[in-house]
Amino acid sequence: MAIYLSFKEIWRNKGRFFLFSLVIALITFLVLFTAGLGEGLASANKEYLEKIDAQLLVFQEDTGYSTIESRLEYDVLRNVRRWDGIADVGAIGFSNTTLVFQDGIEPIDVSMVGIEPGRPGSPPTYQGDPIRTKQGKVVVIDERIAEQAGVGVGDMLTLKSTQGADDEFYQLRIAGISDGQQYFFQPSIFVSLQIWDDVRPKANVENNDSPIIPNILAVKLDDPTAIEPMSNFLEGRVDGIEVTDIVTAYKSAPGYSAQQNTLNTQKGFTFLIGILVIGGFFQIQTLQKVPQIGMLKAIGTSNHIVANAAVMQIIFVTLFGVALGGLSTFGLAIGLPAGIPVIFTGTSILTALAALLLIGPVGGMISIRLALKVEPLTALGM
Amino acid sequence: MTKKILETLNVSKIYDSGNLVVKAVDDVSISIEAGEFIGLVGPSGSGKTTMLAMLAGLLNATEGQLIIDGQDLNKMNDIQRTSFRREKIGFTFQANNLVPYLTALENVELMLRLNKTNGRKGRQRAADLLTRLGMGDRLNNLPKQLSGGQQQRVAIARALIHNPSVVLADEPTASLDTERANQVVQIFADLIHEQNKAGIMVTHDLRMCKYVDKVIQMVDGKVARVITERAAIDRLAGTSQFDSISAPKVEDQIKNQPLIIPNPAVFSTVGVGAD
Repeated sequence: MAIYLSFKEIWRNKGRFFLFSLVIALITFLVLFTAGLGEGLASANKEYLEKIDAQLLVFQEDTGYSTIESRLEYDVLRNVRRWDGIADVGAIGFSNTTLVFQDGIEPIDVSMVGIEPGRPGSPPTYQGDPIRTKQGKVVVIDERIAEQAGVGVGDMLTLKSTQGADDEFYQLRIAGISDGQQYFFQPSIFVSLQIWDDVRPKANVENNDSPIIPNILAVKLDDPTAIEPMSNFLEGRVDGIEVTDIVTAYKSAPGYSAQQNTLNTQKGFTFLIGILVIGGFFQIQTLQKVPQIGMLKAIGTSNHIVANAAVMQIIFVTLFGVALGGLSTFGLAIGLPAGIPVIFTGTSILTALAALLLIGPVGGMISIRLALKVEPLTALGM
Repeated sequence: MTKKILETLNVSKIYDSGNLVVKAVDDVSISIEAGEFIGLVGPSGSGKTTMLAMLAGLLNATEGQLIIDGQDLNKMNDIQRTSFRREKIGFTFQANNLVPYLTALENVELMLRLNKTNGRKGRQRAADLLTRLGMGDRLNNLPKQLSGGQQQRVAIARALIHNPSVVLADEPTASLDTERANQVVQIFADLIHEQNKAGIMVTHDLRMCKYVDKVIQMVDGKVARVITERAAIDRLAGTSQFDSISAPKVEDQIKNQPLIIPNPAVFSTVGVGAD
């Protein structure tokens, strides 16, 4: 009976309910887009770090877990590597460079990551081979670069790197392609630390014999759960370092928290607006229907039919609106150019969708209470 | 012997708001038999709507017994009273009678759905009843596509379709012109007699009393008069519908037309009522 009443009302007032669902769809769109943007921006900032096969990152002391500021002497690496409980350690160096192409393809700015072949920090490849040797003039590229520039395994890449005051160009052969490995809002290319040290942009052209100074160390533990004790242990035993887990490291990246907090606040307010809009709509609708609800109760409609009918309408309108908003967001996501950092696959999207489905019942609660309180006597004008 | 369907025994309704105690219905004892159509009349504040609300199980009596079909309404809880209304009572109201998003046929069927007796046969019965009431070509119209009289006819069909024991009508002619008011009450009376229901109509329009079998006149919460004689009822129905509600309206009309000098005779003959 409740289903009958609620769907008859929706069907005979299609226009009104559709318009209201559109409002919910727009709110959904805004929330999902904000969530997707948050996820995308976060990913663009952390994707590489997040995927490293390690539990701890070692930074230079007092650098606030900043990969740019941190610089580690090579003996720190030896010092960290020798302790029990450490499964493996990989040194990693970061810098920015530009890939240039012929045939009118736009240059691509990339994060150039120097890694130790086969050690933590070295990305897995799903096509071609990983970097195997320290001296090989080969590179593993992020799949985004392969898509964007239309290059593949075996092709030659040209890197433009500023050495001193001059632009130098280096040719590297693509050995393999990895999945998405963005860092610093740029797709990444991976070379061995030696090659990285040779080709990375430098203010002064240094003596080639000087030791390599990586930025951080990625530490894989024998016991992956022993993050805190091992972190404390290493900080106690090795001078001049600070150690943290990967999540803390990327959350400490400049602007990361501020950016995520801003987007979360925006999302929170949109939810609030959603709850108020849906609450307001159903409240006004119920107020308009007071005489009708009174009449229905007077002729013997039970309170639970009245309440269930109201709940079903709220659920239907919310489901329809969220589905509409969700589909249009995903439709837009498919058509978005690759450069826009929006990701619609993360848990934050699922959480947002679940929360959006709750705004209807939460917002509509007052109207249901109001409908329940309508006295059948109102039918007699009493 | 005809069956007594509805009986009230010394029923009173007292509103006590601390400082103010109002006896809206005061020691009323009436009874209605199957096939009997009663007109409940009286000035505003006489307690007739309160009486109707108690008879419908919408309001508890403070004192006395309200017995319909052998069941004492005062001994029922809210849930029992809701199902009692659904099964035993047919209702038409002054306004907001119909569910606006249901067609005429669906509005009538609604009572069958509530009582879980709908189905193809139920639908056919609802359509037949509406057709009998002259609404055969309006079955699929929404209330907003119907005139006031047509809406009342749908409401009458809804009040009767589920075979209730008692049919209650609250000012069924309030928003109708004289011709439609007569049609509606005539149909109502015919169906009550034919289907052997107990019918009660609260009205301000005394002309409509010509269709009832008994008039109960209430004043200040008490039954002032019960008129059962046909000649007396017709006399009442033939007089003006002037009562305490319509009187100020007549006066207002005269006040609004200052060039016309009020003639006391107008008050007893002018045909302006609460409808």
